[in-house]
Amino acid sequence: MLNGTEDEEKWLAEGIAGIQHNAFYMHRALDSNNLREALKYSAQMLSELRTSKLSPHKYYELYMRAFDELKRLELFFKDDSKHGVSVVDLYELVQHAGNILPRLYLLCTVGSIYIKSKEAPAKEVLKDLVEMCRGVQHPIRGLFLRSYLAQISRDKLPDIGSEYEGDADTVMDAVDFVLQNFTEMNKLWVRMQHQGPGGVREKREKERSELQDLVGKNLHVLSQIEGVDLEMYKETVLPRVLEQVVNCKDDLAQYYLMDCIIQVFPDEYHLQTLETLLGACPQLQPTVDVKTVLSRLMDRLSNYAASSADVLPEFLQVEAFSKLSNAIGKVIEAQLDMPAVGAITLYVSLLTFTLRVHPDRLDHVDQVLGACVKKLSNIPKLEDSRAMKQVVALLSAPLEKYNDIVTALTLSNYPRVMDHLDIGTNKLMAMVIIQSIMKNNSCISTADKVEVLFELIKGLIKDIDGADVDELDEEDFKEEQNSVARLIHMLYNDEPEEMLKIICIVRKHTMVGGPKRLPFTVSSLVFSALRAANGCDIEHVAYEFFTQAFLLYEEEIADSKAQVTAIHLIIGTLQRMNVFGVENRDTLTHKATGYSARLLKKADQCRAVYACSHLFWVDDQDGIKDGERVLLCLKRALRIANAAQQMANVARGSGGPVSLFVEILNKYIYFFEKGNKQITSSAIQGLIELINTEMQSDSTNPDSVADAFLASTLRYIQFQKQKGGVMGEKFESIKL
Amino acid sequence: MNFLIGAFKPACNISITFSDGKSRKQVPMKKENGKTIMVSLFQSKESIAGKVSIEPLQGKKIEHLGVKVELLGQIEMYFDRGNFYDFTSLVRELDVPGDIYERKTYPFEFSTVEMPYETYNGANLRLRYVLKVTVSRNYGGSIVEYQDFIVRNYSPPPSINNSIKMEVGIEDCLHIEFEYNKSKYHLKDVIIGKIYFLLVRIKIKNMDLEIRRRESTGSGANTHVETETLAKFELMDGAPVRGESIPIRLFLSPYELTPTYRNINNKFSVKYYLNLVLVDEEDRRYFKQQEIAIYRQQDS
Repeated sequence: MLNGTEDEEKWLAEGIAGIQHNAFYMHRALDSNNLREALKYSAQMLSELRTSKLSPHKYYELYMRAFDELKRLELFFKDDSKHGVSVVDLYELVQHAGNILPRLYLLCTVGSIYIKSKEAPAKEVLKDLVEMCRGVQHPIRGLFLRSYLAQISRDKLPDIGSEYEGDADTVMDAVDFVLQNFTEMNKLWVRMQHQGPGGVREKREKERSELQDLVGKNLHVLSQIEGVDLEMYKETVLPRVLEQVVNCKDDLAQYYLMDCIIQVFPDEYHLQTLETLLGACPQLQPTVDVKTVLSRLMDRLSNYAASSADVLPEFLQVEAFSKLSNAIGKVIEAQLDMPAVGAITLYVSLLTFTLRVHPDRLDHVDQVLGACVKKLSNIPKLEDSRAMKQVVALLSAPLEKYNDIVTALTLSNYPRVMDHLDIGTNKLMAMVIIQSIMKNNSCISTADKVEVLFELIKGLIKDIDGADVDELDEEDFKEEQNSVARLIHMLYNDEPEEMLKIICIVRKHTMVGGPKRLPFTVSSLVFSALRAANGCDIEHVAYEFFTQAFLLYEEEIADSKAQVTAIHLIIGTLQRMNVFGVENRDTLTHKATGYSARLLKKADQCRAVYACSHLFWVDDQDGIKDGERVLLCLKRALRIANAAQQMANVARGSGGPVSLFVEILNKYIYFFEKGNKQITSSAIQGLIELINTEMQSDSTNPDSVADAFLASTLRYIQFQKQKGGVMGEKFESIKL
Repeated sequence: MNFLIGAFKPACNISITFSDGKSRKQVPMKKENGKTIMVSLFQSKESIAGKVSIEPLQGKKIEHLGVKVELLGQIEMYFDRGNFYDFTSLVRELDVPGDIYERKTYPFEFSTVEMPYETYNGANLRLRYVLKVTVSRNYGGSIVEYQDFIVRNYSPPPSINNSIKMEVGIEDCLHIEFEYNKSKYHLKDVIIGKIYFLLVRIKIKNMDLEIRRRESTGSGANTHVETETLAKFELMDGAPVRGESIPIRLFLSPYELTPTYRNINNKFSVKYYLNLVLVDEEDRRYFKQQEIAIYRQQDS
């Protein structure tokens, strides 16, 4: 078999030569209207198709040659002025041929003219042809012969509205004919698996798949028959096709044909015959990839549902969901060794289906998840990564659909599905959930939901038994924990009572996070608590928080960098608080300003102090607006900046950070714009001049960053000047 | 060479014509030399009438001892060359001894002749009907002329014509059931039937239906049997599986069949068989032969 392909080429070439040779004489006979010779040479030509040496692919080439020639022969047969024989006689005459294959090709050819002539009812001729073709039992030859029959009869079926329809010929006859041809072709196709020289299984399957469309074509023809309405499809076509599919007991055929049925017939029909179609699935061979079949069906139905809202009532009427759900259950039950990924893929499809068709039915979604849990709990440990991916898809689908985690939180089975994920995937899913919340900016506002949410993301919240800590990537860990921290801000309720519950729950969960997680999560929790306290007008609680914060600052934070971070956090938080009365507020702001001025580095002092200016100016409706103290802070910042400058000169003989001045300038401009009367345009003017002087001073090192900062600040002022209006007027007096 | 022709030329031309020759159906007949000629067709109990003309060659007279015409039905066995068996022999004396100077015509008639057997041209024998005109002479030998004609006898459709149905097989190997719609077929008939496969454990390549003619001549130890396959008609291509049923439709008209002849004049029989042959992939043949009767039906 080494040079099998070469041999095959040779045989094909010989076959083609044989066809051409005989076709030549046939043409001559046709030209001279010699019927006898025409029959003789056409039969000889068709004898080339009797070969057993060619693979389906090559045989097809040969067949096409003969097919072309038969078209010429048909034209000759059709014109009885040329040969003088009636079509009835011709129909007998061609049956004198001794070899069956040429005989049947000729019979089909004349048969098509016979139908056209209407000298006999179409159904009689069709029935005769399809019966006689039984004589060819060789799979490949039989398939091609019957495919020829299907081809020449396609436009001559007694369909509704066709010229061949009559009292004796009904669309039922057309359907019967196509179904019979389909059945026989499928039998031949299936038989290929078991007959022929014992070759390699893969090769045989490849050859078979090359022929599948010949069989499937019949279903296509059926779908094109006008008279096949829902009623007929339901009563006749589908049951008979399925009978053949089930009975053939061949996995390749079953898979292909089920898919074919799903693809060629209208969605509406599928919907109305769902029970029948699904009923066939558990009867298929265990090796058939039913999940793909069902998935495709559900995909089609999902798309159908999505195509128009008008069709949705149909889905409800036929209870599509429960039927599909049952069918899937049965298939999974029947196919014990179906890998987990298969089952889960099915659930994903079902979920997609119900999300599209019944977006309002969360119970369906939960039901699907529940079924999946049931399946998963039979599997000791899910290790298949593809299965894992499908579970993630399953869990992500509702999030994508509803764009709202809150909906998912009401699904009782959702966390139970998550329990079956491995640690890595579980975290991944938790991240997906958090991202979904962030993306949609959804606020989780009840304690119950928060509880469920933490159950979902517990993989991120605490160390899970058995987790391999060493494998944790530091970056990933940080990102995860930052996400959790961000998430905590999304848990909010204006109702203090509920908010308190939420905070308690968050606290309960975050506290078990261990030393690595707490630094990320606790601050969020604290801020959240502060916000609650602020919101609730419980001044003493908030005050207590700040007191504790200051105590911590004083006693625990020794590191200067940490102090900088902490003081900014304190300033920022304090600025947002509006719960305090004047007295408490003064105490706290005073403290904060004091700490700011006592930071180690001058630059840090300067920055903290100008940040403190915001403590006296809250840009809210009823926010505190104490322009004087703002100015005081800024002036103090300027002094510190000056001092820093001088220190730099003394210490290193070079200029200090000009950028501090620019930063302060920006603060000036901010408050100027906000309408702080204490900040005047002349003050700004003076500051700009000061900066320019500093910049040009010899001792100053050129600092490109500061230059750029200043340039863009000045550009901003210029911009405001040119803008005109109130703002333009305000800036008018500043000269650059 | 002309003189030779002259020398062996008969002294006269004898022609035999049938009185309804123009209207009577002519059918082809193959002669010994391979040529096909058209001859008149008769059936049993028809009257055979006509004329015999004797025309002496230019300027010659024929002295004869009498002129007669015979109607002969002969069976000729090829392996027994020269042996004729006349199963029918009728004679009409046409003339008393005398001289013939010029063309002379004699009418003759054999009325309602029993010709029970049909003309037949077989492998080992032939059955022929012939009119033989003999001008008897004393010297130079008698002058003889023959005129063949063909006899075909028609049968009414049989009153009983059962189908042939049979289950055959090789144990645990092949089991089939076949059915032919009739046991008696006329010459232009069509055999309809089907083969049903009950069990197939061999790799069948194809299946043919053959029409075989069995011609037996002689009797006892001298019986000669010649079997000839007249038709080989492929019914099935490829290997069926259990439960398949394969249709049979075989038109008989393209084949040169004759009716079945049983023990004609104790000399010969011609019988027809349908032979169902299955060939497996190792070219082994499995077959089952069934006799069918063939009869000639009057064309309507």
